[in-house]
Amino acid sequence: MLDFLKAPIQSVQDFFVLSAKTIRGVFRRPHYWDDVFLQMDVIGFGSLPIVILTGFFSGAVMALQMSKALAQYGAVGKTGELVTISLVRELGPVLTSLMVAGRNSSGMASELGSMKVTEQIDAMRALGTDPVQKLVAPRLMATCSVLPLLTVVADFMGMLGGFVIAYTLLQMSPEFYWNSAWQSIGYSDIFQGLIKPFSFAVIVALVGCHYGLRTTGGTQGVGRSTTRAVVVASVWIFVLDFFITRFFVNI
Amino acid sequence: MSADPSASVLRFEGVSLAFDETPALDSVSFEVRRGETRIILGSAGSGKTVLLKTALGLLKPDSGRVFVFGGQIKDLTEARLFDIRARVGILFQEGGLFDSLSIGENVAYPLLNQRLLRVEPAEALRRAGEALRFVELEHTLEKFPSELSGGMRRRIGIARAVVSRPPLVLYDSPTAGLDPITAHTIISLIIKARDLENTTTVIVTQRYQDGIWLDNFRYNPKSGGLEPVRHAGPDKPGTMFSVMREGRIVFEGDRKELEGCRDPYVAKFVKRETSAPLRSRSGAGTEPRP
Repeated sequence: MLDFLKAPIQSVQDFFVLSAKTIRGVFRRPHYWDDVFLQMDVIGFGSLPIVILTGFFSGAVMALQMSKALAQYGAVGKTGELVTISLVRELGPVLTSLMVAGRNSSGMASELGSMKVTEQIDAMRALGTDPVQKLVAPRLMATCSVLPLLTVVADFMGMLGGFVIAYTLLQMSPEFYWNSAWQSIGYSDIFQGLIKPFSFAVIVALVGCHYGLRTTGGTQGVGRSTTRAVVVASVWIFVLDFFITRFFVNI
Repeated sequence: MSADPSASVLRFEGVSLAFDETPALDSVSFEVRRGETRIILGSAGSGKTVLLKTALGLLKPDSGRVFVFGGQIKDLTEARLFDIRARVGILFQEGGLFDSLSIGENVAYPLLNQRLLRVEPAEALRRAGEALRFVELEHTLEKFPSELSGGMRRRIGIARAVVSRPPLVLYDSPTAGLDPITAHTIISLIIKARDLENTTTVIVTQRYQDGIWLDNFRYNPKSGGLEPVRHAGPDKPGTMFSVMREGRIVFEGDRKELEGCRDPYVAKFVKRETSAPLRSRSGAGTEPRP
C-alpha cells in the first residue's frame, strides 16, 4: 500500500548518505584541489555575468517599486535603505542561489548523469578513485566558497541599480543614497546575508550531484535528472530561506 | 597468491542480486581458474554486465559470496576493494573512457590513481604510451575520446585495462555494435593481451564467434600474429563457456559440450559456420581479409 512512498524515501535516504560521505570527503585525503579550483572557476567566474545582471536589475526594479510606495508617505528618501536591506537580507542570497541552481545544479546533474550512463562513474571506481571524493566534494567546496562571494557581488550590483534609479529618476544625491544605504546595514544583516548563500550552496551542489549520480535510463534519464535537480534545489532554497529568516527574526 | 596453477581467480557461490525485485543474478555459481579464458554468452538483459560489475565489487550481491584471488569481497570496504581492483583490468561496454581527459591521461589513470600501482606521472605517461603502442594507437596520446571512433575507443579501453598488467582482465561485450572487421581487431588484441601476459580472461558477449576465436587462436610473439591452437597444453586451462539466461547460468562447459548441447536457448548461440574466418596471418590490430 505504501509502495508509492518507497522511491521518495529511498531518494531522501540516498541524499543524506551522499551528504554524509561528501562532508567526510571534504575532511579526508586525497583532496583534488585542481578540481576544486576548476569548479570555482566554472561556478564562480562563469556565473558572474548572470549574477551581475540579475542583481543590477532587481535593485533597479525594487527602487522603482519602493519609491512609488514610499512617496505616499513622503518617505522617498528611505529608498536606498529599503533596497539595501531587502537585497542584503533576502533578494541577494535567494536570487543568486536560484541563478546558480539553474545554471550549476543542472550542470552538475547533467555532467555526472552523463558520466553515470556512460559507465565513467563505474570506471572511476574500478580504477581506484572514489567518485564522491573526486566529483562531489570538489563541487561542494567550490560552491560553498563562491556562492557567498557571488552574493556580495549581486548585493552591490543591486545597490548600484537602485542608485541609478534614485539618482536619475528620484533626483537623490549620491552622498545621501550611499550614506543611507550604508547606515541601514547592521552586522546581523551581513551575517544573515552570508550564512544564507553558504547554506544554499550545500543544497545547490549536493542536490545537483545527487540527481546526477542517481541517473538511469540513458540520455532521457540525464534530461530528467537535470530538470529534477533544478526544481528540487530551487524549492529547497525557498524552504531553507524561510527557516533561516525565521531564526534571525526571532533573535 | 598461491602458486598453484589451477588456483581459483574468480569464484561465485550462489550469488543473487535483484533491482527493484527484478532478479539480475539468480543463484549464480561458477569458478574461473588461473590462466583460463571464460566466455560468458547471453542475450541482452541476461545479467552479463551485472555479473562483471559484481565480480569487481561495483555492485553488492543480495546473497551469496564472491571470491577474487581467493578472498571474499562482499563485505569489503570501498578502500579495500580498490586494492583488489588494482589487480583486475576491465573493459567497459562502451569503453568507459573519461571524456574530460586526453587519451594519454585516460590510459595512465590507473597508474596515477590506484594506491598500489601509483608511479610518477612521467613513468605513467611512458607506460601509457607503451600500452597505446600495444593497441596500435600511439598517435592518439594527445587526443580526446570524442575525437575517436567507437572501435578506437574500445581499443583505448583495452590499453587502459592492461596498462598495469593485471593477472585478471574482464571484458564487457567488447565487440558489441562493431562491424566484423573492427570486432576481429578487438578480439585479436584480447588474444594478444591474454597470451603475452598469460592473464586470466573473462569475456561476456552475445557473439559466439568471439568465443570461437579466443578458443581457436593464440598469439605468437615471434611472428607477431595469431596462429591456430593445435593442441591445448596439459598444464594450461583452456577456454570454458557459460551461457546466461535471465540471471541464471544455464550452461557451463567446454566448446565441445556447448556445441553438443540440446537446450534450444543454448543452441541459439552456437553457429558452426562462424568457426572458420580467422586467418593466422592476422596480427593484433591488423585487419583480416573477410
